[in-house]
Amino acid sequence: MTPDPVLEAGFADPVLDGQNAFRCVLEAMARPGSLQALTGLPPAPAPLSPVAAAVALTLVDHDTPLWLDPALAASRPLRAWLAFHTGAPIVESQAEAGFALIAEPPSMPALDSFSLGSEAYPDRSTTLILQVRTFGDEGPLLSGPGLAEPLRFDAAPLPETFWAQFRGNRALFPRGVDVILAGPEALAALPRSLEVEAD
Amino acid sequence: MQIAVEERKWALGVLARADAEALSALWEAWPSKPGYTWLRKPESGLVMVRGRMGGEGVPFNLGEMTVTRCALRLKDGTQGHACVQGRSAAKAEVSALVDALHQRSEDHEAVRREILLPLERSLEASRATAAAETAASRVEFFTMARGDNE
Repeated sequence: MTPDPVLEAGFADPVLDGQNAFRCVLEAMARPGSLQALTGLPPAPAPLSPVAAAVALTLVDHDTPLWLDPALAASRPLRAWLAFHTGAPIVESQAEAGFALIAEPPSMPALDSFSLGSEAYPDRSTTLILQVRTFGDEGPLLSGPGLAEPLRFDAAPLPETFWAQFRGNRALFPRGVDVILAGPEALAALPRSLEVEAD
Repeated sequence: MQIAVEERKWALGVLARADAEALSALWEAWPSKPGYTWLRKPESGLVMVRGRMGGEGVPFNLGEMTVTRCALRLKDGTQGHACVQGRSAAKAEVSALVDALHQRSEDHEAVRREILLPLERSLEASRATAAAETAASRVEFFTMARGDNE
């Protein structure tokens, strides 16, 4: 029998740190493409980044099926950590997921393979949490609700066809996935209402 | 070291029911208190206690009770968990430490002898006292045989 993996702690102050992270996610969703710096990060088991871990602890609980990309799913300490701190059921099929944690966006499945919600219940779609390393301001032009002025935004690494897929996602509105990009110290969000200019 | 599930169940049950003051007195007497880091700080909440008539039949909700839970990790990686009656964070903390030490081969026997068995004895003593007090006010109900013809 293999020994149990060593568990890491969660938020130092679960209530205040969780509220702070929730506020950051709200701000990021309300102002697409803006960077929200996050403090009070939990010690996350690799390969999960601390910002992505904070978002997961804040949003995921026992009612939200969670999908992990293969890089994350392979880590036993991470699965034990998520089970202990969130209690979320891990699902094999991304179409059943309420949330998806993705450590390696370049090899992620297509956006439309996740749950897109239904016309009656668009809220039942998957929220994707992507770990990225850098944010930039030279990508495609973003506009839509929450943006007074169009904004150039980019993040890396993302799949090559990510922005084209995101335009397809916008066409499904009110259905479609929402994306949270978790960087090394800050996060940004791309809600489904976002218009992405074609290249 | 992997202790038997039954043994740990028993230990956690004793710790959960133990009197907070009795536990802290025993813990005061424990010689070397280990260092630890929190995995989950003590938090109080309610759990629904369910019962079944005579141990069978349909489960029903008996009522809610207050519990405090916490989890911690010793320096050597041993995890201690506690889910104890009442709202005492100190009791939960000591219980989790006792649970962690109880799982370590070098402390297992001492924890059992110095803390768990004395706690169990005091629990049994207070239960016996309560039972004796209740028995004094016991009322027997019975039905007199009635004559049918008068």
